[in-house]
Amino acid sequence: MKYYRSHVLVCQDPDCVHRGSKEILAALNSELQAQGLSGEVQVLETSRIGDCDQGPEIMVYPEGAHYGNLTADDVPYIVEEHLLKGRIAQKFLLKEDTFIDEELRAPSAKEIRVVLRNCGKIDPENIEDYIAEDGYMALAKVLTEMNPDEVIDTISKSGLRGRGGAGFPTAKKWGMVKSKTDPVKFITCNADEGDPGAFMNRRVLEGDPHSVIEGMIIGAFAIGASYGYIYCRAEYPIAVKMLNIGIQQARALGLLGENIMGTGFSFDMEVRMGAGAFVCGEETALIASIEGKRGEPRPRPPFPADKGLWGHPTNNNNVETYANVPQIILKGADWFSSMGTEKSKGTKTFALASDVKNTGLIEVPLGITLRELVYEVGGGIKGDKQFKAAQIGGPAGGMLSKDHLDLKVDYESLVGAGAMMGSGGLVIMDEDTCMVDMARFFMDFIQDESCGKCTPCRVGTRRMLEILTRICEGKGQDGDIETLEMLCDQVRSTSLCGLGQGAPNPVASTLKLFREEYLAHIYEKRCPAKVCRGLISFNILDGPCTGCTVCARNCPVNAITGERKQTHVIDPDLCIRCGICKQVCNFDAVVIN
Amino acid sequence: MPTIKSLDDLKKVREEALQKKKIQTESGKARVIVGMGTCGIAAGARDAMKAILDTIEKDNIQDVIITQTGCIGMCEKEPIVQVEIGDQPKVTYGKVSPEVARNIIKEHVVGGKIVTNHVIPL
Repeated sequence: MKYYRSHVLVCQDPDCVHRGSKEILAALNSELQAQGLSGEVQVLETSRIGDCDQGPEIMVYPEGAHYGNLTADDVPYIVEEHLLKGRIAQKFLLKEDTFIDEELRAPSAKEIRVVLRNCGKIDPENIEDYIAEDGYMALAKVLTEMNPDEVIDTISKSGLRGRGGAGFPTAKKWGMVKSKTDPVKFITCNADEGDPGAFMNRRVLEGDPHSVIEGMIIGAFAIGASYGYIYCRAEYPIAVKMLNIGIQQARALGLLGENIMGTGFSFDMEVRMGAGAFVCGEETALIASIEGKRGEPRPRPPFPADKGLWGHPTNNNNVETYANVPQIILKGADWFSSMGTEKSKGTKTFALASDVKNTGLIEVPLGITLRELVYEVGGGIKGDKQFKAAQIGGPAGGMLSKDHLDLKVDYESLVGAGAMMGSGGLVIMDEDTCMVDMARFFMDFIQDESCGKCTPCRVGTRRMLEILTRICEGKGQDGDIETLEMLCDQVRSTSLCGLGQGAPNPVASTLKLFREEYLAHIYEKRCPAKVCRGLISFNILDGPCTGCTVCARNCPVNAITGERKQTHVIDPDLCIRCGICKQVCNFDAVVIN
Repeated sequence: MPTIKSLDDLKKVREEALQKKKIQTESGKARVIVGMGTCGIAAGARDAMKAILDTIEKDNIQDVIITQTGCIGMCEKEPIVQVEIGDQPKVTYGKVSPEVARNIIKEHVVGGKIVTNHVIPL
């Protein structure tokens, strides 16, 4: 196949043809010929590229530069600038915000980079790199042109909601803290990302720390805070390092400290490290931890907006929420609210994990369907197996099943389906996943991380884990499902904080969506996905087994016996169901029953 | 750098930063960018970085800028090294072992030939 370094798509939709795209096509071909580029650049005629309202329109790949309003006379300029010199011909570029340049070009067309725009592009240790990408321009705009009410109004119009989980409107929170008359107010950033498998915030903190710092300074100006804390878990040493470097550099430039940019506004901040307790992601526990107390939640109200750090009004937002703020100020509320759904605006970062082909960190507009996330962004399920379930929102989130594939991923739809947005963990599971085992895994995590302050969470999660473990071991009893349901209800309604209130979610949602698996475990003593060791046995089939002895040699407990070239046998009493024999068998002779 | 006391000061810093970048690009200098987020380091980015610095020193290669960046979202393909030479499009390499890193410097940065079998097609 011939290799072209660039492809130029020329829209041949009647609208564009009417505006002269046939002439563009001819001019392109002759100009490429004249510049000696026709062997390197391929010109293709296509249907609509954009709306054709600014036709003739063309698109140049691999950069994905979308040009419009062209005449044949403009073609030599574009060929020279873009195709010969490799520079984007800015003056003909359409829709600047959707233009994605080479280094940011995401693996999937469904992705948009707003929060992650600088990640992997700039040097996080160099504030100049950030400033070159319009860094701190939003802060300058806020300090010189806007008053706090206008800032809150802009955020309100943008529809930004908290990215930490519950989706509380950010502007409303800011407004509440602003309205307090206490002269001492604080702003805190929750960077205690602890959901298993989620590391979206780490990426922002490590790759673009100034976007969070700038967002916090803007927030502080809006609510009237003069000091801020970033509460970052100690397990993120690089994030802590980058934040500290960022704060120092911002301070050296006078972007933090007294009289910022000569406007009379003073603000400074520091990083506080968390010692790795999951519960410290809960805002009252986080505040207690910053104060130097034991990281335990306390009843709300009073909410932190009334009585937060050291009893003063405090605004607490997630890393991603703050990282969105500078962009909203710079590009406007309308730009931000043009992305997403009616009640959930903007983009969301997700850590796409487990059984999809393209795992990794992604940023997509809210309102994308689960199907698009799994099959387009994620590239489908590994090994082309069946999609079984998605776990969204971390350990306190919920499960979504095949029936939810066309569900729009936004705050309300997820809650309606028994899950929640959470901070962005998204675990995709294939047909070989046992849902009871999965519920047990998450309950194990939760009961381990329960701080122990309130009884429902401390004891309730422990009881639930015991029942789930029993079911997975094949010792499930009649009545277990009913007890689990009762515990789910009680723990949810009586726990002190979000950790306990959310703890039953994985169990409740699997009981709802995959009840038949629980029934099979308890009443038929069978694990349909063939995962739970107490309910499966390994056997060697007579036909395919060649007696090669490889399984017997690899068995860690010597449970396999047999003569060379004879069918081997597994002793079920010795077998620990580790599955190594199945992995090493070259003839698919080992089966699970 | 002087402190930023006004919007104009900030704009000046931005212009200077952009200018610096432009001069680097126009001079045809190569920029080698190593992904040094947690994922990169866990996959061996420090070793790749060491190999790059080592090769540059040993072979006395001039006019190369080595810099770092954070995670670009493809943690599975780390260590990731990006090479920008002048105004040519950026080339992104994945799974860069110290061996591959040395090859990238010798063949791509010095020789101008892309090490095709390690390019991530973006």
